[in-house]
Amino acid sequence: MKPRLVPAFAVLVVGLIVCLAPLAWMISTSLKPFDELFKGGISLIPQHTRFENYSDSLRTFDFLRAFGNSVFVAVLTVLGTLASSIPAAYAFARLKAKGSSWVFYGLLATMMLPGQITIIPVFRLFASLGMIDTYAPLIVPAWLGTNAFAVFLLRQFFRSLPEETMEAARLDGANEGLILVRIAVPLARPAVVTVAVFAFLGSWNDLWGPLVYLHREERMTLPVALVNFVGSSGTVQGTPWNLVMAASVVTVLPAVLLFAFCQRSFVAGIATTGMK
Amino acid sequence: MSQSRWCWLMIAPVAVGLLIFTVGPMLVSLMLSFTDYDVVSRPSFVGSANYHYLLTADPSFWVSVKVTAMYAAASVPLGLFTALAVAMLLNMEVPFRGLFRTLYYLPTLLPATASGVLWAWIFHPTDGALNRMLLSVGVRGPGWTSSPSWALPALIIMSVWSYGGAMVVFLAGLQGASKTLLEAAGLDGAGPWKRFCVVTWPSLTPVVFFNVTMSLIGAMKTFDQAFAFGTSGPGVGGPARATLFYVLNLYSKAFEHFHMGLASAMAWILFAAIGGLTFLNFRLSRRWVQEEAG
Repeated sequence: MKPRLVPAFAVLVVGLIVCLAPLAWMISTSLKPFDELFKGGISLIPQHTRFENYSDSLRTFDFLRAFGNSVFVAVLTVLGTLASSIPAAYAFARLKAKGSSWVFYGLLATMMLPGQITIIPVFRLFASLGMIDTYAPLIVPAWLGTNAFAVFLLRQFFRSLPEETMEAARLDGANEGLILVRIAVPLARPAVVTVAVFAFLGSWNDLWGPLVYLHREERMTLPVALVNFVGSSGTVQGTPWNLVMAASVVTVLPAVLLFAFCQRSFVAGIATTGMK
Repeated sequence: MSQSRWCWLMIAPVAVGLLIFTVGPMLVSLMLSFTDYDVVSRPSFVGSANYHYLLTADPSFWVSVKVTAMYAAASVPLGLFTALAVAMLLNMEVPFRGLFRTLYYLPTLLPATASGVLWAWIFHPTDGALNRMLLSVGVRGPGWTSSPSWALPALIIMSVWSYGGAMVVFLAGLQGASKTLLEAAGLDGAGPWKRFCVVTWPSLTPVVFFNVTMSLIGAMKTFDQAFAFGTSGPGVGGPARATLFYVLNLYSKAFEHFHMGLASAMAWILFAAIGGLTFLNFRLSRRWVQEEAG
């Protein structure tokens, strides 16, 4: 390291410690026995490590089921987002049809729109279809391309592909569907991964949707389960923060792991959106 | 099949979704905002009464506007300044840049719900990590989650933690700044500050504009973390409604009290505010954003 970089490096290290301390505190609390929580001190290492907090929190509150529900909703949301946004993005980037650009601008405008403005009519719509307390309201919109951001990001990538390759395929008699599946999608793989990760995180982290649409305990996804757990687990002795933090770790972990695996293309994807 | 047929075939699901889930609901929501509607009975037309009630008589409307405005006014500059500072440090040739970038971004991708719960524990008045740390250096920390004047600052501090998205965008912008220009300015004897003002900042302005716009909109829509934070401590809305964010208020009106007409009016006021602010931002940006750069 060049000497003039040492101060910058030092600041980054200190900043990182501050940035990661809350996470360390979360993990540390999740491993402490209850009576250690209120003893004072800020030791990160538990005096008695208690892994049973995890099984306890999974048992006292049905987090395992909530976990399964979250996975189910997130996977179907990702599939729906990809299925609807990939073809649309390709069409917006590469094909011409009268009026199609209006759909694109409409979609772009929805990115600015606060979701709260449509929630009541959409809630009414799903209620009239008898779909409250089902996963349909959380999943169906994704299959109909409501993730405008995904369409936008993929369109940017499809636009950057060389036209010659596709023209050659067209001359060979390939139709647009084939070109999309065989040429465009394989070339846009980083963008597709980015969109999938974003869609997964969006669904996995969503509190608002499940809070509005789901009622029964056994339907809850992880964020709602976590909030309910915190809200209901307090006793005279205090909230069992060790169990709450264990549940938080379980909630957070899949998002972190997914990010770790797809980090490269994901960060590139975020940067792209900022760079027009 | 012709190209335009293919085009419409591929767009169809998105177009249908746009109609069913956005355009239609927007019109319905606008209509509902002029009605009294409780989900069970039919909506009845009340003219502009909802808007009038919100702006003049509702006991919580202006409280939540104030909470949200104060939050945005503090969180956005604080978060963006921190994000820019970290991005500039990461833009130097320091070792482990990739690792730093990943780890600084990490908090941003956590569910806001989990972050809210975690920070409620950190800010716990008696047993939280923060007050214990303050106590160990002889300072008695405030009541944070239980204090009407400290609950909102707690949420603002927490928000700085998750500005990783803005940081990544800044970093991309910085990497777009011309190296040759920077070097030329250096050879001409410009110091680091001068180089920043003359070369880096102008080329960064489009990115700054993007980040300011998105962060402001995000701050105005704050919900998850505030809901989780409230549930974990003093109750949703906080002590003495100190953290009753606009969208929390809207949610409570719509889905706890079923005043759907009133909530729709609130949604449209929020939409107008976001639209107005974004428009203002665009107008102002003509003065200081240099689109050519980068």
